[in-house]
Amino acid sequence: MNDIVQKKLNILADAAKYDVSCASSGNNRANTQGGVGNAVNCGICHSFTEDGRCISLLKVLMTNNCIYDCAYCINRRTNDRPRATLTVEELVDLTIGFYRRNYIEGLFLSSGVIKSPDYTMERMMLVAKKLRIEERYNGYIHMKAIPGASSDLIHQAGIWVDRLSVNIEIPSNPELKRLAPEKNYVDIYRPMNFIKENIIAQKEERKHLRHAPTFAPAGQSTQLIVGATPESDRQILSLASDLYQGQRLKRVYYSGYLPVNEYDQRLPAIKTPPLVRENRLYQSDWLMRFYKFKANEIVSDEHPFLDLEIDPKLAWALRNLHQFPINVNKAPYEMILRVPGIGVQSAQRIIEARKFRTLNTQHLTKIGVVMKRAKYFIVNNELPASVFDLPSETLRKQIILGDKPKPKSQPDTQLKLFSFGDNVKPLRLTTNLAMLD
Amino acid sequence: MLLVYDGTFEGYLSVVFEVYKRKLEPTEITAKEHFQHTMFTSKEEITTDFDHAERVWKGLQQKLKPELNQIPYSAWLSGEKGIEMALLEYIRQAFILPLSVEGNFGDANILTVRKAARRVMREAMRVLQFVRFQCTLDGIYFSAISPEYDVLPLTIKQLQNRFADQNWVVYDLKRDYGFYYNKKTSEEITLADKTFSRSTGAMPANLLQEEEGFYQQAWIGYCKSTTIRERLNPKLQRQHMPKRFWKYLTEKKR
Repeated sequence: MNDIVQKKLNILADAAKYDVSCASSGNNRANTQGGVGNAVNCGICHSFTEDGRCISLLKVLMTNNCIYDCAYCINRRTNDRPRATLTVEELVDLTIGFYRRNYIEGLFLSSGVIKSPDYTMERMMLVAKKLRIEERYNGYIHMKAIPGASSDLIHQAGIWVDRLSVNIEIPSNPELKRLAPEKNYVDIYRPMNFIKENIIAQKEERKHLRHAPTFAPAGQSTQLIVGATPESDRQILSLASDLYQGQRLKRVYYSGYLPVNEYDQRLPAIKTPPLVRENRLYQSDWLMRFYKFKANEIVSDEHPFLDLEIDPKLAWALRNLHQFPINVNKAPYEMILRVPGIGVQSAQRIIEARKFRTLNTQHLTKIGVVMKRAKYFIVNNELPASVFDLPSETLRKQIILGDKPKPKSQPDTQLKLFSFGDNVKPLRLTTNLAMLD
Repeated sequence: MLLVYDGTFEGYLSVVFEVYKRKLEPTEITAKEHFQHTMFTSKEEITTDFDHAERVWKGLQQKLKPELNQIPYSAWLSGEKGIEMALLEYIRQAFILPLSVEGNFGDANILTVRKAARRVMREAMRVLQFVRFQCTLDGIYFSAISPEYDVLPLTIKQLQNRFADQNWVVYDLKRDYGFYYNKKTSEEITLADKTFSRSTGAMPANLLQEEEGFYQQAWIGYCKSTTIRERLNPKLQRQHMPKRFWKYLTEKKR
């Protein structure tokens, strides 16, 4: 019996791993009398896989059987793969067993669609309900809302879980239709809108009735696959920006496309996932969420794709050199945040520390500013003014060069007797050959 | 002048009290166990006085931001060389400055204290992340770990809130003490009879509940299955999960 559950878990965890979201943050949920678990606002990661991603939640599919046939999905019905389904009880036992051993922060339940969206959603909802009511579990639950499920079921799920999410996956409607003919944006946006309205309504209600039930208090998130379809970074980021503002999403995740179904001609043939691009998109996402950048400042019609060589903040600064240098001892927080080499923490520290004294270069270095980068963009009555006259292109080259690790020591000047390089022949051999000539 | 205290936080606060009371100008403050004889400085040992310590702590609390008021204690826990003097300066400034001392990042002493406190808090967080419970035959969830700093006391409240309805033990192998929680309160314990591995904290299988093996295997299997082979990045893994914790982790068992 246990062996079977273990096998099922392995299949369903493997099938769920392409969903990148693993956040357990965004909500404080206190434990109740005699209950198990709580949720903390900052979230806690309990382990890290060999690919460097965190394991915070038990991320698993309820089933990897699916009635759909989406080109980008490993679990599409036409794929010949081992299939499994975990029962409600098995999922509850695993979650509690793992949670009590401090393996996880909670459950992230997603699923392939079996029979109908309603049937699938109802069983998922039951897992959350059983955890909360029978097990008195107060840890984190993240659940996927299945597009096409009735709003009543999604509403019930929202009451039990911390976060609900609907994955958009493909960043434009025509491309989605091409790769997943059974899906469209209307079906995806319907539950998303419904969740948004419920979150807002429930928050309002709780202002008047303190004990009114919560509805997905940690908000909703979504995921976009990057590199499977030809959308530009500009399209992706403006979609993300709309989602943050219009749909009030907490997070948008970007997943570099992995060729899981290589045989499908509708998908590009790539060997490795576009990791650098994915990283640049996350950096841009951070700029929008924490650095008060607008999507059209990061990418524009002239620059629809992100620069893979330098990060988007530096790229913006180089395009806007007329706004620099700024004086760290006077400039407002918003402007200090925009300096390459100064992060949120350093910016906050600068604001605090400059109340006490004028900050010089040494102070800034100790506070955590990366001067190697920031020195081209700031003044503090100390730095020579000459570095600010460089044209954008020269500055760019200089910074890229400065980022490269320096060679560890002087290269060996002693000639080698034997060398296996292409250009340098062993000394003795060359002389011999020369003599033969 | 060199001041020596008994190595407890109360002892340290008593030193601070004496410094204020007698207007002392110490050049160094050090715990007894780290004290080394010097030739040219005068040395004085300050005895711990709990009333004095409490007065200093209470007075200090009124000057600190509520969300940052544990910084002095955390920084002291780092046990870093010279932290006592930096902390004395932090306390001095807290009492005299019109602005809140926490923000004075331009001052080397304040920065030292804040950075030390941060390191300690991060280590406490790591205990919360990487502690792994094993359910024993008598229904106690047991775990052992050896954090770099003495941070178990900082984690107990959080563990109590979280695992409120189970008996558990967290044990610090390096300092040979731990906490036992009996579903109501937790108390400090030292286990004389070590039935678990002193290096990894692992309990032998015959002392564990039958289902424990299943959950451990399921967890190991889960961690493997959820890895994306095309994206391997062991450096990033080590960065987030330092290798020194691996021997306590169920999923890293061989």
